[in-house]
Amino acid sequence: MDWRRFAFIFLIIVVLFGAVVMVGITKSAPILTVTSMLATTIAVATPLVLGALSGVFCERAGVVNIGIEGMMLAAAFFGWLGAIYMYHVFGFEKWPSILTGLLTAILAGALMGLLHAVLSITYKVDQIIGGTVINILAVGLTGFLNRQLFFGKGSAFGGQIPNSPGNLLNIHVPLTELFTPICAGSTNCSEVVSAINSVLDQRPIAITAIVLVFVSHYVLFNTRWGLRTRAVGEHPKAADTVGINVIRMRYANVLIGGALAGLAGAYFTIESVPSFEPLLTNGRGFISLAAMIFGNWSPIGAWVASLLFGASQALQIKMQLFRDVIPPEWAFLQQSYVVGLIPYILTMIILTGIIGRTTPPAADGVPYEK
Amino acid sequence: MQAETQSGLVAKGFARSALDALLIPTLSILTAVILGGIIIVSVGGNPFLAYYGLIQGSFGSANAISETAVWATPYIFAGLAVALAFKGGLFNIGAEGQLALGATTAALIGYALPEWLGFDLPAAVHLPLVIIVGAAMGAFWAAIVGYLKAYTGGHEVINTIMMNYIALNSISFLLNGPMKDPNPNNVIARTPLIAESAHIAPIFDGLRVHWGFVLSLFAAYFVWWMLNKTTLGFEIRTVGSNPDAAKYAGMNVKRIIILTMALSGLLAGLAGTFEVTGLNYRHELGFSIGYGFDAIAIALLGKSHPLGVVLASILFAAMRNGATRMQFLTQMPVDLISMLQALILLFVAADAIIRYIYRIKSQGERVVLTRGWGG
Repeated sequence: MDWRRFAFIFLIIVVLFGAVVMVGITKSAPILTVTSMLATTIAVATPLVLGALSGVFCERAGVVNIGIEGMMLAAAFFGWLGAIYMYHVFGFEKWPSILTGLLTAILAGALMGLLHAVLSITYKVDQIIGGTVINILAVGLTGFLNRQLFFGKGSAFGGQIPNSPGNLLNIHVPLTELFTPICAGSTNCSEVVSAINSVLDQRPIAITAIVLVFVSHYVLFNTRWGLRTRAVGEHPKAADTVGINVIRMRYANVLIGGALAGLAGAYFTIESVPSFEPLLTNGRGFISLAAMIFGNWSPIGAWVASLLFGASQALQIKMQLFRDVIPPEWAFLQQSYVVGLIPYILTMIILTGIIGRTTPPAADGVPYEK
Repeated sequence: MQAETQSGLVAKGFARSALDALLIPTLSILTAVILGGIIIVSVGGNPFLAYYGLIQGSFGSANAISETAVWATPYIFAGLAVALAFKGGLFNIGAEGQLALGATTAALIGYALPEWLGFDLPAAVHLPLVIIVGAAMGAFWAAIVGYLKAYTGGHEVINTIMMNYIALNSISFLLNGPMKDPNPNNVIARTPLIAESAHIAPIFDGLRVHWGFVLSLFAAYFVWWMLNKTTLGFEIRTVGSNPDAAKYAGMNVKRIIILTMALSGLLAGLAGTFEVTGLNYRHELGFSIGYGFDAIAIALLGKSHPLGVVLASILFAAMRNGATRMQFLTQMPVDLISMLQALILLFVAADAIIRYIYRIKSQGERVVLTRGWGG
């Protein structure tokens, strides 16, 4: 990702943050607004980052994945279901149940990835159609099971959705405690420290996502595995000639991609809110896809793009909080449909190539035939 | 003599390819129905009763048939939209947004034009105007994507998805704000009712099926005629199968890409327009959710052939319509239908699976429907 794109993204994030600071100036100090905005941005960007990483792994290996949305949705549902079954049916404690839910979600994502791999690699189905099949299948499957398991004939839950055992909580970074002696009673100092602390206190999947960005970057660009993955996505014939198993590399990467989308799905029902409703991913998978393209198929680029999309979502959330102090000329920012358009329009602008060209892997979307 | 044998061979080849075209979708449906039956049994239902309910609910009475046709109308238009784009080598995932925007615009012209003008229009003027504007809006929305594809290489798949969200967000804004039904009892995001002069009449008294259904069949014929009997159709198909060849043959590829998208959007816009003028007489938020993806499934199931699209639409419409009866008889949730449709689509898309199960030889080369992101 070139510097122009980075600068462009940074500028928009600054504008979004600045708008919120100005709107809320009478209600909260700028530093507090900025840090709470940042904390929200990182949290809501989590599924986008993971979804985009899912896309990066699949597409770097040469398999287009527009089924991220469906993979996320299925994982969100099955993760939630796994937690509920462990808790209510098998009678496990709260935390083992939640953990099982998390693992179920990742597994469900990986299985959807496997389906995508079978369709697009083995059966050489048009990969965009394969992804569409996954999206439609996920909606049908989760809708059907959601209704059947809880409201259907002979349901174990007798017509009502049981409470989920709960969700993952913030991990506290003891920054404030650490700085107490250094600040030595200065209120200003401790306020700043606790504001920064609130940004660092994130939930486990959000933290994992950021770690995974750098791990993915390292794996893709500094390891043999990454080199092979990219070779398979750029020029499979050449890769095959030097003895790389193209089919196996593609399968492995699509499975990894599925698992990452699964973790993104877990964010919705295991980390964010412990409940499920049909279609809850609400297009976040497609925004991930956009973030991946925006970030030019690189993990760090995709992360930065996800943060931009996260910031525009955070702006909507903050505007709801500042509703009573919004000056009339800023009132349009309150309407989620107006600000909600930003990511979509930005993506289309990016795709036109005005802000630097994006270059997908050369063999992206092309089934490999010997 | 020679010519006769040749044409005989061609006819034979055509018959065989037609049979092949029908065989895979039929076997896909059959396999999905069997799998669906297994799912029903596994959750403790009676598959025969469920499928009986499905058929009874969709074709069991005059009203059931009428309702199936009502469902089929937008499916045929939207399915044709996706199929036409496929023929031109474009994947239009944006039928959903084009449809919803067409419906919103049609509703606006339907209820507001008489107010703006200050007098009532005769139906002969108002109704065609509503239909033209609704269709034009769909065409415009899709043409933007076509333009971006032709001149910047922006991939139509991602752009149509983005345009869907832009359309749906904008419509939410309009239906909750400027276009909201001002009736004090109304709490729903919907437009006011359109004027009588913009209504399409039902075909039979007491049944909801309207002339839009008949027009959708005409549209299918028109798309077939346009694709196979006109220069434009030839150009669309050539650009779809081989853009380089089209370019060297002197065709204006950019113009054809934009036109294909516009025509595709026009059909999707008509789907929305007829829902407003023939059925609901207003546009309501959320009514059209899912039509875009159903349309993709229908186009794939119909192998992008207009007749195939009509048949697939009727099948999908029958399933949606019969689902309520099925639920009533067997307590199977209506979402079972979405599962069945996804399975059908899965098998149609991955015809290699069906060929493997039923040991059918492949008919040669693979048809490329979409291309990578590069554009």
